[in-house]
Amino acid sequence: MKRLIRIFLTYGIRLAALLLAVSIVSFVLVDASPVDPVTQYINGLGTAVSPEQRAEIEAYWGVDTPSVERYFNWLAGVLKGDLGESSLYRRPVSDIIGERFAGSLALMCLAWALSGIIGFSLGCLMGMYRDSWPDRILKKLCYLLSSLPTFWLGLLFLLVFSVWLGWFPIGFSAPIGVLHEDTTIGERLYHLILPALTLSLISFSQIALHTRQKLSDVLDSEYVLFAKARGEGKWTILRRHGLRNILLPALTLQFASFAELFGGSVIAENVFSYPGLGSAVSAAGLNSDVPLLLGITLFSALFVGVGNMIANLLYGIVDPRIREVGE
Amino acid sequence: MEQKTDTLLELHDLSVSFRMYERGASQRELTVISDLHLTVRPGEIVAVAGSSGSGKSLLASAILGILPDNATVRGHLHYKGEELTAERQQALRGTEIALVPQSVAYLDPLMKTGAQADGHKKPRPTVRREQLFARFGLPKQTGRLYPFQLSGGMARRVLLSTALLTDAALIIADEPTPGMSTEQAVEALTVFRELADDGRAVLLITHDIDLAFTFADRIAVFYAGTTVETAPAADFKEGPDALRHPYSKALWRALPQNGFTPIDGFQPVAVRLPAGCLYAPRCPHKTAECEEKVPPVREIRGGEVRCYRFTGKNGGCDVS
Repeated sequence: MKRLIRIFLTYGIRLAALLLAVSIVSFVLVDASPVDPVTQYINGLGTAVSPEQRAEIEAYWGVDTPSVERYFNWLAGVLKGDLGESSLYRRPVSDIIGERFAGSLALMCLAWALSGIIGFSLGCLMGMYRDSWPDRILKKLCYLLSSLPTFWLGLLFLLVFSVWLGWFPIGFSAPIGVLHEDTTIGERLYHLILPALTLSLISFSQIALHTRQKLSDVLDSEYVLFAKARGEGKWTILRRHGLRNILLPALTLQFASFAELFGGSVIAENVFSYPGLGSAVSAAGLNSDVPLLLGITLFSALFVGVGNMIANLLYGIVDPRIREVGE
Repeated sequence: MEQKTDTLLELHDLSVSFRMYERGASQRELTVISDLHLTVRPGEIVAVAGSSGSGKSLLASAILGILPDNATVRGHLHYKGEELTAERQQALRGTEIALVPQSVAYLDPLMKTGAQADGHKKPRPTVRREQLFARFGLPKQTGRLYPFQLSGGMARRVLLSTALLTDAALIIADEPTPGMSTEQAVEALTVFRELADDGRAVLLITHDIDLAFTFADRIAVFYAGTTVETAPAADFKEGPDALRHPYSKALWRALPQNGFTPIDGFQPVAVRLPAGCLYAPRCPHKTAECEEKVPPVREIRGGEVRCYRFTGKNGGCDVS
């Protein structure tokens, strides 16, 4: 129990340090960029403002206060849970993140599960039948998939499945012209499939190739040779020794792929006009919505950081060799 | 070829070679075991003794049929008088023929040793395993440990237990004793002796000749991938005059207690094997015949030898 508290404390401090570093770097970058939030804000108002009004707004936003002071003001707000107000949507940043994240989460979860399950099973099969012709073809296919850009794959899917075949909608998370409250889960899932598939294909091939390589190493090991000598069949070996030894690295890889998942979702959501965090971040960037941009940056750092933390923790919990060192 | 049904395992002119690919498409054969001759009968411990790197471990893999895909086996393998085909090997592994592997690397690093010793077959022999662990002086919680938590000697005893928990008629033990204390090694070999006395057979692959002398019934001297001589252990106790092959005699003289006399030269490497007798390059008694053709196996005084020069005449020591 004491050990557990210590572990969580260590990781908590690390995560806080990471977030602090990310906040400083992103604040400095935004501060140094030619973006003028005030002009952007005024443009957003949609009405002309007099120079006096502009001065007032500038004073309100603290344009004349030094950057360091502004950073601490912002940080103090963040610590209190106030991420500021989005100049684009005119609503608190935290509300937008919460709302958009729900959409993204469904997309990312589906993509994550798809790539994990398909990637792992395919990797296992490829490893069991390595160097056979199906394995060779699948391997080449995986290399091809991992070198394709996401947006291109997304566009291809849209073209083939939505435009030519008409199997899937061309975008959005719900049918056009239907109120958000009236959409069914089935309809939402239907809109989710194509973007999720695109997103999962990025990390899927890596997981398959990694699993294949790991299993291949295991099958070449002396303990598998001994298992054969003891009369264990091919599938018994996979069940008794294969899965045991490849599941852990695969799981770690799966949790460590949060970064790619998040990065990929920005592109996939834009291609499919899917209203999630990814499309919000590009909107914030294109419209110089500084509070929203900073908020999402912080949030994505938290998301990826937590993913990596889970990967680390899993290793410590599952692998007896590492567990003992911890004790 | 005549088959005696009272033999358990019989190997005739067994050769194992590997296909190696070199740069480009050229391929060459690497012969690791050649013209090996060996018989194991129920109730005996046969030691295969030879220096490290002479291909002894591959012999175990060849018998079990677990050689890598690029290996080719030629010659005759018979088990209980019947040809040992790949299908039969697969059926016999772990039930009729059991292996005691060399090192802790043969244990799954992520599986508890108890479960590994029990094996994959049901019902699990857990109670017998615990008794066996106790007999080998392994602490009671050993079964709950992972391989990385074992000492070298403990791992060897766990590996040994895996074979002893089967009802195999033939146990192939590949260097089972290094890392054990003398008492533990003696205990392990005593277990082998009991098994043999019980009608089972043990093929003991070892470089520890002293141990082989003490516990084995017969000793096959392994040199460069072949058995140059198989002799009763008593002959080795008696000395070089009772032995047959010049290499066995030289090996005897090279033992610390027998004068520690080395011989010149090295074992031939698998890529450049001599055409005739593999020992010819180092043999002081060689003739032109020895260098041209592999000598046939001959039975002399209850042992087998591959040598043109040793005929057993003149009081049995025409080569010294």
